[in-house]
Order: sequence, then structure tokens, then C-alpha cells
Amino acid sequence: MRLIQFRLEGIYCVPGKFFIDPWRPVDMALITHGHADHARWGMKKYLCHHFTVPILKSRISPDIIVQGIGYNESIAINGVKVSFHPAGHIIGSAQIRLEYKGKVVVISGDYKLQNDGLSTPFESVKCHEYVSESTFGLPIYQWKSVDQQNEEMSNWVVQNQSYQKTSVFVGYSLGKAQRIMKAVEGTAPLYVHYSIHKLNQAYESVGIQLPKYEVLDFREDVKHVNQGIVIVPPALVDSNVIRKIPNMAYAICSGWMTVRGARRWRSADAGFAISDHADWNDLLDAIKQSEAEKVYVTHGQTAVFSKYLNEIGIESEEVKTEFGEEEDEAVYDKVEGSME
Amino acid sequence: MRAFATLVHALDSTNKTTQKMEAVHHFFKEADDKDKLWFLALFSGRRPKRAVSTTLLREWAKKISQIPEWLFLESYSSVGDLGETISLLLPEPQGYLDFSLAEWMDKINALAIYSDEEKKEFILHAWNNLPHQERFIFNKLLGGSFRLGISTKGLINAISSYYNLEASAVSHSIMGEWTVENSNFEQLIHGEYIDSNLSKPYPFCLAYPIEDVEATLENLADWQIEYKWDGIRGQVIKRNDEIFIWSRGEELVTEQFPEIVDEIKSWEGNFVLDGEILAINNGGILNFTALQKRLNRKVLSKKIMEEVPIGMFLYDILEFNHQDLRNEPMSLRREILENLVAENSLQNLKISSVIQVENLEELKEIREQARDINSEGLMLKHKNSIYHVGRKKGDWWKWKIDPLTIDAVLIYAQKGSGRRSSQYTDYTFAVRDGENLVTIAKAYSGLTDKEIQEVSRFVNKNAVEKFGPVRTVKPELVFEIAFEGIGWSTRHKAGVALRFPRILRWRKDKTVAEIDDLEEVKKLIR
Repeated sequence: MRLIQFRLEGIYCVPGKFFIDPWRPVDMALITHGHADHARWGMKKYLCHHFTVPILKSRISPDIIVQGIGYNESIAINGVKVSFHPAGHIIGSAQIRLEYKGKVVVISGDYKLQNDGLSTPFESVKCHEYVSESTFGLPIYQWKSVDQQNEEMSNWVVQNQSYQKTSVFVGYSLGKAQRIMKAVEGTAPLYVHYSIHKLNQAYESVGIQLPKYEVLDFREDVKHVNQGIVIVPPALVDSNVIRKIPNMAYAICSGWMTVRGARRWRSADAGFAISDHADWNDLLDAIKQSEAEKVYVTHGQTAVFSKYLNEIGIESEEVKTEFGEEEDEAVYDKVEGSME
Repeated sequence: MRAFATLVHALDSTNKTTQKMEAVHHFFKEADDKDKLWFLALFSGRRPKRAVSTTLLREWAKKISQIPEWLFLESYSSVGDLGETISLLLPEPQGYLDFSLAEWMDKINALAIYSDEEKKEFILHAWNNLPHQERFIFNKLLGGSFRLGISTKGLINAISSYYNLEASAVSHSIMGEWTVENSNFEQLIHGEYIDSNLSKPYPFCLAYPIEDVEATLENLADWQIEYKWDGIRGQVIKRNDEIFIWSRGEELVTEQFPEIVDEIKSWEGNFVLDGEILAINNGGILNFTALQKRLNRKVLSKKIMEEVPIGMFLYDILEFNHQDLRNEPMSLRREILENLVAENSLQNLKISSVIQVENLEELKEIREQARDINSEGLMLKHKNSIYHVGRKKGDWWKWKIDPLTIDAVLIYAQKGSGRRSSQYTDYTFAVRDGENLVTIAKAYSGLTDKEIQEVSRFVNKNAVEKFGPVRTVKPELVFEIAFEGIGWSTRHKAGVALRFPRILRWRKDKTVAEIDDLEEVKKLIR
């Protein structure tokens, strides 16, 4: 019997009779992390890491039936040994390990190997089969170190202040926004949009310390933010709301900003290539460290990445899923707003 | 090179004219004279010959980054620019080489006499000692086209405001044949080389599309009206028995049109003429596809010269016997032009005839029928107008005939380059050919950013073939395609070629069953 199957509703554990990150309503859903393309509404029961619980309640509904679990703790579901391991993507993000009759499969959701200082750092898990994303599965994507990224962002804020400008950062409200807050901490007063504040609360409720900030009410006059830092979700780019900010210089923070064309397309004042996904080298490292015999590539550069894995001697197959909206949205959907 | 890298980055980062201008001013403050000169040279297409082939650059880059050819191509198609792709694929630099733009250009120029092995050593060393942004610029400096994110006009305005000069004087000063080696930036922009240069053209005067026909033409007698032709705008210069032909792209095209040169040689006097270079046979203007066959050929065979004879319709005179006439009124310039033409024998050259009408209705009728003689509409020039630098509203208008349109379906999409490399912006469209679809046109523009995003998402979800840069998509989205002309073509599968196709609008109300049929499309050819 196969341990997992790719079904119309999502990734299915056959003996365990549950789904992982399903996109259609099912009875039992194990959730890798709280982004909207992985944690959807309509499941009878949810199982996720403790830190993801408040996120799901905040985004889906306070009334959902959800059980939390710690990293490296294991439980048995219909005879399948299930455990969650840090994926380093956002807080609470996990790689889900399934073990049944000696066979091990890991579904990694979204992950990154860089330590962003907020999420529990990625831990490699050995397995027979590995399910991996490939959002940035092209060798042109190579991230700078977190220290270097933080320094560049802080420098940009300081430079804006010297021109009497307000620094506006665009980043999705779960994960990226908190990273930006951490990166520019201490350079200027911090203001965030309400949607970010809501998720900040989820961070703080599980004991994660965020820099001091103020919630910005865009219905009021916002002139007092001048020369400070404002963080907004992608949906607000080009909106009337954002135009109220005085002397604004705005930066987009997304892995896609690596490419000059993408930066120019958005004609932002600055583009920082920071991402909560693994870059090319880290994708390969994660897969090699898992020692998996077979890799399923779920979303992103699936065709290219799985072809490359096969060429370097790692058996791989691309799988069609409905993941991978949120980073795409940051680039494509400035008008309609993101999934956030 | 840091100052130049900062400038390129700043120009990329904004689409506001004032901020672009500030960035150029900042560069002028920081850079030394030679760097400024190189900046101007690179911007105006005066780049040295490519010393290293792109094939070699690609080979070296693949080897260093240890990736196979196909993966290199996938990366390239995602980035949309070779120099940038290479720069992104290479590992982090190990050091920093601090040379100015001019120093880098000298080194690159010196490459020409190096062996391939020496070139490789130089380039690999540079790659390993420049941060990404400068590495990218270095690759661009090695050759190929380099778009700087500022228009010619924007740059000229930036120069003229920084140095407190007239914009028209600056654009005149920086045109023509100067080289970095023999010039000084300040002297160049102050126009100190102009007199010594016989080839120096004047900036072309351009027209805006007409906005309000009735109001503009209220006093019809004030206007000089001519046909508008779809050829190559050209400036013919004859000074001290030397002849130059400039195209609007500020390119010297003298050698491409020996018929014109021969005829001008026999004319008396010194002059600068403005006109349209066209394919003309027995006095009739040929379909635009004919002229295209003549252009950009390395060798002009006797056969092609007989097949596509070239002529020129003259419509203005900018200089006569070394006297600049551009500030004289159109009516006087026309008179001088007519006199000049009358004194000389004409074969391939013709004076553009002035259309005489009694009233606007008559004129409208003439415009409607313009396509019958392969004209693309009318030109309206105020009789008192001076010859402006570039585009200025009010004195010259173009009143083009309405474009032809067809409904076609999207079948292939490709990501754009440069600013648009993250989106599917380059489309190929098809019309019906019996039971099948046949490619009819490629188009790049005409959609809003929002629509481009919508189409991109459709392509992402409906791509049939995923490798390589081109995506084959389900034939479902219907667009109205506008174009200026249509001609027979042996190069295209459909047997026809469209002139300036572009997307007029997205016909969300139409299905693929309602697109046009090739046989109907062919009936539009004149």
C-alpha cells in the first residue's frame, strides 16, 4: 500500500485516512503552516503546530476544531506515526513526518533554511520520500545572508530619513511583515497596517517578542508617520490609502525582486530580495540532507526543478497541487489584493 | 563604477521624470568628465564593438555555475536578459575591483587584440570581483544593447537643466559623429564641436495625433496639408559636396540608399532636407512589405535594387547655403524648397504635394481614401510653424486613417524582457483557416498592467507546454487586433504580414468561434 496519494482534495495519507494541507473540505486535515494556500476553511478537524493554532483561528474562524502539537512530538493516527518538525518558513511552520511499517514520508509544506530569528529554524528529517516545494527552483535565486539583508533594509530607512522621506515596506502580513519589523528594528518609529497587527497578536500570544509598533488607522490623518517606517500588505500597493502617507518611498520585499525586470515592473523605489522560501541551493541542500530516494515537487518551478533532480540522480516527479499562491500574488496581484 | 551603478539602479527604481532627472544630476555631481562622456556615449549608441562573443560568455558562466545548457536557458527565459542572467548565476564575488566607468571601458576596448584565453582571464577576474549590480553592468558594457531607463528627451532635459543650457542646443550638440577619445564632455554639450562636423543633423520635428479636428482646422487656409507616408523618415544633408542621410533613430543610413545619394550629388548648393524614404515604382508607393525587403541588408544586390526602387518625398528644408531656416515659417521654407526642386532635375526624388481643398468635408473624404494609395493619412502643418525640436503640440498634427482591425485568439505567450520579464506580455495570435488556426500576428502592447496580470494568470493555469520560454495556451482568449497595413508575405505561414499590429482591446464578450477567417483577412490587402 502506498503511504501517500495525490488526490483531487489534496495530499492523502492512505493508512492514516487523513489529508495534509487539503484544498477541498475533508474530515481530518494536518496543516503544515498558516498561509492561506495551505490552511483552508471547511475542514471538520485540524491538526497543526501549537503556534499555528491562533493563526488558523484568526484567519479561518475562532470556532474551528483544532488540535495543537509541539515539534518532534509524535502521535499515532490509525496506526501511522505522525510528527511535526520545524520548517523555518514562518512561525509554527512544520514538515510533517509520516511513518508506517518502516516507511517514512516527509511533507515539507513551504520551508527555508535561513534562520530569520523569528521562526524555529529548519531541521532536516531523514525519509524515503520527500514532498518539496520549488517556488524559487531556478539557480538565479540565491539569497543574501539575513544579516546582509537586514543591513541593507536598515540603511535604506536611514537614507530615506536623510531625504525627509517615509519608508514604506510591502510584504505579506503573515511572516514577511514580522521579518521586516525585526530587520529594521531601532532605526525609526514603526507603524503597521491593521491586518498585520492582527497577525502580530498571534505571534505575541505564543510568546514571540516583536519590536514595538503602532497600529496605523488609515481612516485618520496619517501625517505623523513622516520619516518613520510603515509596513503594509501587498493588497494596498497603489491604493488611495497608501497615498495618504507623506513623502513616501516604498520597497517591495519578495524573492521575485531578485530580477531587475520584476523590480522595474513594479517601479518600486526599492526591491529587497528576501523570502521565506528556500533559494536554489537551499532547496537542493534540504533534499540531499533528507536522503530521500524519491522527491515529489509540488509547486513553483516544478517542471524545471524535478527535471534537474532526475539529472543529478535523485528520482523525482512533479505533482499538480493548488499550493503556491501567496508569493505569486505578491507580484501579480497588486490590484486585487493577495490571499493574505 | 559605483556612481554609474547607482545611477542605473536609481533610473530603474522610479518612473517619475523628476526623480530620474535627480538621479542624473546626482551622477553629474559625482562622476568625472570621462565617465560622463561614456555615459552619454553608451546612451546614444556609441558603444565599442563587441570584443567577446555571447557564446563564449555563456560557456564560461555555465562552467563556473555548474549548470547544464537547458537550465541556463530556463534561467535566461525567466530573467529576460543575458547579462543579468549570467550575473545572477555566478557565485558571490571574492573581492572588489574599484575602477571608474571610463577605466572599465578602456579595459574592455583593449580586449579586441587579446586572445580568447586572455579575454577569459580578464572577464572571469572581473566577475569574481564585482558585486551583482556592477557585474550586471559590466556584462552590459561588454556589448549588446543597454537600455538605461530614461528617454532621450529625459536625458537631454537633465543635461540642459544641470548645465543651464537650451534643450534644443544640447540635443543638437550630442547628435552626430563624435567619439569619446576625441571629445570633452563639457565642450561637447556646450556645442563646441558642431561647426567642424559636416554630418551634423538637426533633431527631427515630430507631430502629435490630432485631438480636435473641427477646432484645429477652423481656418483651413492656415494649414499646409500633405499625405502622410509610411516609410523611413530621413534627413538628407549636402554640405561642401558631402552627402549624409540620417534616419530618425539618429543612424547614418547613407549607404543603404545609393539612388538618393546619386541624385542629390547632381544638385547645386548646400542644404538639409527632411522627407520620407519610400519604395516607389512608376510613381506609385509600394506596399510597406516592399521597403522592408530593402532595409538593413549588408549587400545591396542589383536584383533587389531593381525589384524595390527607392525614392524620397521631400517635405521640408532646414538649412540652405549654411543658413539655419528652422525658425522661418513653414510657408517660407516651402517656397525655398519648391525653388530648390525647380532648379534641379528630379528622378527618384519628389516634392511632397500639398493637398488643396475647399472645405473640411472634402478633406475628410481624401483621408478616407488615403489607404488606396498606400498612404496612412494626412499631415497638417501650420503655415506659420517653425521647425520644432522633437514633439510640440499645436503646430504639426498627424491625422491618421483609422486602423484595420480583426478578432484573433491568443495561442502562444512569452514572458517579456526588461521591466516586463516577470509577466507574459508577448503574445501570438491566430485566426481561423478552415478547420485550423493559423498564426496571424505577434503583439506586445495595448493592455493595461492589470490585464497583463490577468492574462499571465490564465497562461500559468492553461499552459500546455511548460519548457522553454514560449507557452502554448488553450485557444480561448479573444482580442481585437489593430494594424496600420497588410501585405502579402512569404515569410509568414498565413501568407500575410500585418504592419504595426497591437492589441486594441480584449474581447471578453467573444469566444474562439467568433474570430476572423484568413480568407476574409486577405481581402484587406491593397
